[in-house]
Amino acid sequence: MRELNLSKRIGPAMIHLFFWCFTIVSLVPFILIFMVSISSEDSIAQKGFSLFPNEISFGAYQFLFNDFTEIAKAYGVTIVATLVGTAVSLLITALFAYPISRAQLPFRRTISFYLFFTMLFGGGLAPWYITYVNMLGMKNTIFSMIIPNLLMGAFNVFLMRSFFASTIPESVIESATIDGAGELKIFFKIVVPLSLPIMATIGLFNTLAYWNDWYNCMLFIDNPDLYNIQYLMTKTLTNIQFLLAKSNSTAQVGELLAKMPRESVRMALAMIGVAPLLFAYPFFQKYYISGITSGAVKG
Amino acid sequence: MTKLVKLKRDVKKYKWLLLMTVPGIIYLFINNYIPMYGVILAFKNYNYVDGIWGSPWAGWDNFRFLFNTEDAYIITRNTLLYNLVFITLNLILSVTIALLINEIKDKVISRFYQSTFLLPHIISMVVVAYLVFSFLNAENGLVNRLLLKWFSMDGISWYGEPKYWPFILVIVNAWKSVGYWSIIYFASIIGIDKEYYEAATIDGASKWKQMTRITIPLIMPVIITLTLLAVSTILRSDFGLFYQVPMNTGALIPTTQTIDTFVYRAMLQSGDVGMSTAAGLYQSVCCFVLILVANTAVRRINKQSALF
Repeated sequence: MRELNLSKRIGPAMIHLFFWCFTIVSLVPFILIFMVSISSEDSIAQKGFSLFPNEISFGAYQFLFNDFTEIAKAYGVTIVATLVGTAVSLLITALFAYPISRAQLPFRRTISFYLFFTMLFGGGLAPWYITYVNMLGMKNTIFSMIIPNLLMGAFNVFLMRSFFASTIPESVIESATIDGAGELKIFFKIVVPLSLPIMATIGLFNTLAYWNDWYNCMLFIDNPDLYNIQYLMTKTLTNIQFLLAKSNSTAQVGELLAKMPRESVRMALAMIGVAPLLFAYPFFQKYYISGITSGAVKG
Repeated sequence: MTKLVKLKRDVKKYKWLLLMTVPGIIYLFINNYIPMYGVILAFKNYNYVDGIWGSPWAGWDNFRFLFNTEDAYIITRNTLLYNLVFITLNLILSVTIALLINEIKDKVISRFYQSTFLLPHIISMVVVAYLVFSFLNAENGLVNRLLLKWFSMDGISWYGEPKYWPFILVIVNAWKSVGYWSIIYFASIIGIDKEYYEAATIDGASKWKQMTRITIPLIMPVIITLTLLAVSTILRSDFGLFYQVPMNTGALIPTTQTIDTFVYRAMLQSGDVGMSTAAGLYQSVCCFVLILVANTAVRRINKQSALF
């Protein structure tokens, strides 16, 4: 009897121990770059990147805040692309998903297949890139960080379509039609207000996709003034001088480079880049989790 | 004739609904269908002056060059092997974690674990590259410093040695995606009717028995479906993982080059549009076939989770 009790208590304890280890594994990398970003240069020279630096210094942040224009510009690009992209994306996704959720729509199967086929087959990177650069002249414009590939995905449209089909009662649409409301009015006045949960979920997915995007910036942007924050981070990871070279003359770069606590500046930039997401995460994680599970269960 | 008349009437009646889809139709045409037509570039010697239509034909030359070099073999092998390991490891880890989360009765703690494990999933690969760099940097990285301190070993030049990268990338991928998959499996476990467990408890079945005899069999359709769908994209790779995390290092290409990084490098670094398109088309066609096969298999097992 006693033995049974013990094993009943050991089981859960083991699970918690396992999960605490896993929690640490998930979080330690973030803590490490934070600790490096506040380590003094001497401390890094002695102990390397350490979770427990000998000496704490905010020099790296001071250095970055001294000349904040580059980072502010990159943040500006990211914020504009994210806001505009998410709004437009949500609009055209909903505009496409709603009609194909209605059983009476003529050509419904054709239109759905037109969308669905894009999930099965693609032309690949090169023709896609040439379409945007040569035919549409997107190179070095902010549109190239909004339109290519991120604007409307088949997966999100189907997610929204099944939401519309399962939650908007047919009778509501019918009675509105009898009352003389047009389709557009029904959509904006009735369907959209009833669909705020799915709008929030897909809006969140889109916001994250735009916020985290560096791929389009890498492909389409050569002009450093248009770099977004993710790509500025990419450039700085491989070449720390990049941060300085943009706004200073060659002589100044040499001087600044000598003064700069290089390693901690790099990690401080990473912290500045990831901080908004980390701070926002506790507030949106609940919606994000319910979003991915609802999407997966009703594929 | 009457059918046509009815269709005409319907189009007129629902013209606003049809018009609503127009922005999406135009977008898909530009973003997906024009590039699909652009695959003819795989059979051309592309030059920027003549453009897609004007460039001279090259027949199967691009494919011949691609498959005559070692590249085609290496990128296919790398992509396949990485994905096989990713699929297997992610499946084992995430199902295990999902089963264990299900054993935690305290809702708040269970929530805390879930959102912590999901955190790596929401950050960009650029940030992941920074995190990996902080561990593996030759001079100051945490790993080399610990090797020195604990084992008095010389540091390893991680970014110069291709042989370590299969392990590194597998760990990084698991770290980033296991939380995501375990939440999806956990959601399907919660969906199981509680009566099964009540009946099993009355019959005196142990926790272990309940797990292996009730939970796993009941989520099996989900496991099989998700795994088959993952297998259908086995020739696609996460570009960021293979490009950003090794920091685009030339020395690491033998073990970090996949089809997607090859397609990118052929186009933007070597400027060989024809070769790049050919490799991309090879990937697209294989994926197309695989997805049809996988879908047929999924439909046999569980009709509702089939894609089409």
